[in-house]
Amino acid sequence: MKNSSSILEVRNLLKTFGAVVAAKDINVDISQGEIVGIIGANGAGKTCFVNMVTGYLAPTEGSIKFEGAELVGLGTRKITHAGISRSFQVSQVFHSMTVSENLMIALAIANNRGADALGLMDTPDLRSKLDEVLKRYRLEPQKDATVSALAQGVRKLLDIAMAVVSKPRILLLDEPTSGISVEEKFDFMDIVMGALKEDGVTVLFVEHDMEIVERYVSRVLAFYQGEIIADMPPKDALADKKVQEFVIGKEHHKKKK
Amino acid sequence: MFNDRTAKFLLLAALVICVGGAFAPNWIVNQFMFGFSRALAILGLMVLWRTGLVSFGHAFYFGLGAYAVAILDSKLGVSDVFLRLMAGAVVAGVAGFLIGFIMRNYRDIFFAMLNTAISMVLFGIVVKTESLGSTDGFAISASTIFGLSPETKYPLFVIITLVGLTAALAVNFYLKTTFGKLTTAIRDNEIRVEYLGFSVAHAIHLKYTISTILAGCAGALMAMSLGQVDPESMINWTVSGELVFVTILSGPGNVIAPFIGSLVFEVLRTYAFELAPQAWQLIMGATFLTIIFFLPGGIWSLIEKLGGKKNEK
Repeated sequence: MKNSSSILEVRNLLKTFGAVVAAKDINVDISQGEIVGIIGANGAGKTCFVNMVTGYLAPTEGSIKFEGAELVGLGTRKITHAGISRSFQVSQVFHSMTVSENLMIALAIANNRGADALGLMDTPDLRSKLDEVLKRYRLEPQKDATVSALAQGVRKLLDIAMAVVSKPRILLLDEPTSGISVEEKFDFMDIVMGALKEDGVTVLFVEHDMEIVERYVSRVLAFYQGEIIADMPPKDALADKKVQEFVIGKEHHKKKK
Repeated sequence: MFNDRTAKFLLLAALVICVGGAFAPNWIVNQFMFGFSRALAILGLMVLWRTGLVSFGHAFYFGLGAYAVAILDSKLGVSDVFLRLMAGAVVAGVAGFLIGFIMRNYRDIFFAMLNTAISMVLFGIVVKTESLGSTDGFAISASTIFGLSPETKYPLFVIITLVGLTAALAVNFYLKTTFGKLTTAIRDNEIRVEYLGFSVAHAIHLKYTISTILAGCAGALMAMSLGQVDPESMINWTVSGELVFVTILSGPGNVIAPFIGSLVFEVLRTYAFELAPQAWQLIMGATFLTIIFFLPGGIWSLIEKLGGKKNEK
């Protein structure tokens, strides 16, 4: 799906760990503002793809261009500075601090680079930005709670909010609803996707829950054994024979019918 | 910088101590001089501890500061207290900055023991080098202040108190900056700090260098207070252990804690030695165990508990 407004262009991406091929022949273009779901069974290469785009893993071969600039070879920090952020399957937050302190640090790092980092962190400007983020992600009731005492869903929200405060152009979410109860998952995604839509962020998220995929994404990338086997709108992808066989599982599809 | 409670307390305490010192007997003045000198090194170790790092080798920088004073005195005849202090800070700070390029890549036990290894190299060199005083060390002449030679130790006591005050205020401010706030964040989750776009290695390098400058100042002031340096009491690994002991005794809760902890340590050691000259280490060890079991947050946590306050992060 090559598009003139592509902000992310991935070409011939290959990742091997010795004899194990974790990703191969990955070619994909992502357009500004797209919401893309990445699906696949465990070990299909989804997180490996996310890790390569965000600099956690270096590809063995291939190219990843963001707004025309090559990302391969850059570290995680430089990729964050370039405008790509991520959240994690297991939320990566500062567990001994409160929700507000976590967000203040994220805001301070995003706003006080270089010598500015030697200035006071708690400024009125950052305080007002903090209030805005707390409101947008509905974290106000928990703002003074220590993170280690919070439920998984709140930690996940915080993890995503922290990734977004630097105002990235692309956000990669690794299984945002994992560990969240069935009753809460849609409310959770409504908060997240609503906030991200306001910012016009391009979102790629890894997801196992097909109901979430159908409801929130405009395009699906289906992974199988390190390759993309389908790149199409969600309805078409979920009806695709290969996707049904290798990703969703035929039984699941029959049940839905 | 001066408008929070800690800063106000520090300013008031420094004033009271400086005035009180004029009327205090010599032994009390000495206890404060030794205690406050060491407290500077503890202040630096506190910054590292908050980051989740413990150094078992900061006697290296403490010793560098002390020996910078001794060598300036014996080889160049420099006796000015401020030049001596600056030399201690610069020598330790430059060494810390350079060694920091290695240290910032290590964590946990590797960070702790690599520092010990480096300090033992310096200890070995000093012990075996005649021109560095070997095991006997150096006697240091009394410090002068802008060319004046004070008759008592009181002026040096005031200078040590004011240097301690300045360092405590500076670290208190630093802990409120973005860099400073990253101490706990790095301890909790380095991956998140990196993904937020901040270099953990750079942050640790800065904290390490700050801690080495403070340890160098501590060594220089201790050397001037004692009038003597030798490898056993300035560089040996037991000195590093002592610094870690006082850091744990003090607690990481506030920049005031190292000063209280250091004073408590000085008094405790003096009385333990007086009560049981052959078994004073037993008393120190029992105190250490008591702190670990009952006050893991150090003396500062007890002060907070008594004051009914929450731990300051």
